[in-house]
Amino acid sequence: MTAAILVSIFMTLAAAATPILLAALGELVTEKAGVLNLGVEGMMLCGAVAGFAVAYSTGSVALGLIAATLAGVAAAMIFALLTLGLGSNQVATGLALTIFGIGASSLIGAGFVGRTITRLGPLFPADYAAHPWLRLVFGHDAIVYLSLALVLAVSLFLRRTRAGLILRAVGENADSAHAIGYRVLAIRTAATAFGGALAGLGGAYFSLALTPMWADRLTAGRGWIALALVVFAAWKPGRLLIGAYLFGAVATFELQAKAAGWSFIAPEVLAMTPYLATIVVLTMMSLGRRTGGRDAPACLGKPFPAS
Amino acid sequence: MTQPPDQTAPSRLALAHVSKSFPGVKANQDISLSVRPGEIHALLGENGAGKSTLVKIIYGVQRADEGGISFDGRPVEIASPKAARKLGIGMVFQHFSLFDGMTVLENIALGLDETVPAEELKARIRAILDSYSLPLDPDREVHTLSVGERQRIEIVRCLLQKPKLLIMDEPTSVLTPQEVERLFETLRQIAREGCSILYISHKLHEIKALCEAATILRGGKVVATCDPRIETTRRMAELMIGAELKHLQRPSGGGKAGAARLSVDKLDMPGEPPFGTSLKGVSFSAQAGEILGIAGVAGNGQAELLMALSGEHLAGQPDAIRLDGRPIGLANAGARRAAGLACVPEERNGHAAVPEFTLAENVVLTARHRLPLAPSGLIRQGPVEAYAKDVIARFDVRITGPGALAGSLSGGNLQKFIMGREIGQKPDVLVVAQPTWGVDAGAAAAIRQALVDLAAQGSAIVVISQDLDELLELSDRLCVINEGRLSQARPVAGLKLEEIGLMMGGVHGESHVAEPAHV
Repeated sequence: MTAAILVSIFMTLAAAATPILLAALGELVTEKAGVLNLGVEGMMLCGAVAGFAVAYSTGSVALGLIAATLAGVAAAMIFALLTLGLGSNQVATGLALTIFGIGASSLIGAGFVGRTITRLGPLFPADYAAHPWLRLVFGHDAIVYLSLALVLAVSLFLRRTRAGLILRAVGENADSAHAIGYRVLAIRTAATAFGGALAGLGGAYFSLALTPMWADRLTAGRGWIALALVVFAAWKPGRLLIGAYLFGAVATFELQAKAAGWSFIAPEVLAMTPYLATIVVLTMMSLGRRTGGRDAPACLGKPFPAS
Repeated sequence: MTQPPDQTAPSRLALAHVSKSFPGVKANQDISLSVRPGEIHALLGENGAGKSTLVKIIYGVQRADEGGISFDGRPVEIASPKAARKLGIGMVFQHFSLFDGMTVLENIALGLDETVPAEELKARIRAILDSYSLPLDPDREVHTLSVGERQRIEIVRCLLQKPKLLIMDEPTSVLTPQEVERLFETLRQIAREGCSILYISHKLHEIKALCEAATILRGGKVVATCDPRIETTRRMAELMIGAELKHLQRPSGGGKAGAARLSVDKLDMPGEPPFGTSLKGVSFSAQAGEILGIAGVAGNGQAELLMALSGEHLAGQPDAIRLDGRPIGLANAGARRAAGLACVPEERNGHAAVPEFTLAENVVLTARHRLPLAPSGLIRQGPVEAYAKDVIARFDVRITGPGALAGSLSGGNLQKFIMGREIGQKPDVLVVAQPTWGVDAGAAAAIRQALVDLAAQGSAIVVISQDLDELLELSDRLCVINEGRLSQARPVAGLKLEEIGLMMGGVHGESHVAEPAHV
């Protein structure tokens, strides 16, 4: 294979990894605060359709991205209202949110099926972005850079800042955090909103950058992969990055294999590979982990105040 | 106590006619008390007397229905713990409000209201740890620490804030006598520097040694105030429980050695990673009719020993543990229970009981092996409820009934229930960690009496505790665990408190701890 092909493969890989990385990162922050929001797929679809609708109507991809983020937050706030405000079960509510997102995006997107927009282009000028090998670094769109910066920011936030410490404390032991005097529900609501924002943005990446065209259920279950990634990455942003790019790599391999017309592997098996490989590698990573440590936030999914 | 507290200064804390009701319960009724600057003031009362509610009101966790609080002479509204801390009130909780998955340092940082850089905070923590001689590593994660070590975090967390009023809720439950004495020195020093201390404890001799005034609560009301330095402990206990205190009734001719029921032979067990203590060649035997006490500072292998005996961790050799001569080293926890070996671990909620289950359900979990509660796998509700009700009545568990969730009980109440649940099954061998932890004087006496009675019926009992007074009162023979090694058991008669204390903590780290210290 020539270098040009390798560069092109990496570009595809990064693009495939980015939406999962965004959604998983948002869910990681939500879960660190003790909220298990299984509605990632639904929030992604809300973001995807809102982003596409606004970008199509206004002609501005940037406005579309903003709308997608807000739509993700709005979907997350439905979840927060039900689970945090009214104390409903987080698992059931999250599943309902996914079903809601699928339905709502179909309804809103019905008028947009098959329409196209100008996709989100590279951030840097064409001198760099189209350069044969400099584009490896400079050829991505703004969201790819944003997602990488967010991994670093979230990692620093959780480990180094007081606000991050408080957020983890709320997820670790909500009663104690309350006893010390922190506002558990407010912090959880904020974390849920952040998760919604990134899920919405991740969803819009499908409709505005990957396939600049609307189709039903565009995210194709990537929200579930994002959820699994959070667990396998042991709630650590760095591992999330590795996991997401690994998923991107295998997804790219699948595309390449199909394009190359390999017939000795059934296409269904090929389609499975990204999911299988992600789980296998991340399981191996978690096996090598030091024993005795606990990864999941202790209060994950538990209602507050306890009923 | 070098200078007497200033009588003319306004009270540091004054409560006037404070009342608080919960649905169905009047937790506090018309409570008034005042604490002078620099005074160590005891708050005495049984479980359910309303002490916890009262201190929660003072610390801003709960609001009083009626009555007023003034601090340093000014009336104040304490709306939240944050407001309390701003006034200068610090509190060491009985149920530690700690975050298991985080380090000691992070836990302490969370309790501070201002942001302190990690390095600076670490230095300040080390300074406090050094000046009060408290061993604790700021970088360890809390879930790897013992109960005693966890308590130190709470104490350090409060001391960092230089409080004007320090509320201590049962602070000495798990400390050795030397550690208690050191803590008292610390508390006296804090009080000398002008900070008042509200000290909640069931241990009357400690209150006598430390406190200058005491307010005694019963049934949510103040029943007496006294000067504990003058009052006898017996009188205070009787005021507290509102009845005469019973002495421990030992069967005549106690200490007669029967056949060995539980024998442990050269038991080795790796410690819980990453910070557990390995058991190294632990050997002992407990005979029919005797209570064997195992003393030791928290984290010296007690948790590992209990897990090894209960069957949660299997011994490598079947012969390492024998029950009435039968090797059970490879039998699991259920099989051991069925064979007659019952264990009560230190942690009540989550280990000894499932907090989300009702008391009746918790009965089924451990008693089904010995009692016909679920023959052929179907739970028989009638006998289960009857057994739970019997335990609740016999051990005076203050709760609505067997349908209550275990997690909703206060620590002492749940402890009473768990002890009752195990004792009621009449096990051949009972291994108990901290049998009266957090339980008040009256109930503790009842639990100890039940243990003595069980032994008198021919069971062998092993009590693992850090409360030496309790061990000396209960045990026929005593040994000490230190760094995973167990000393020879010695008859309690003729052992000096200082001697054991030195074996427990004073020469920690030396290899010959099992040898008797100089007399």
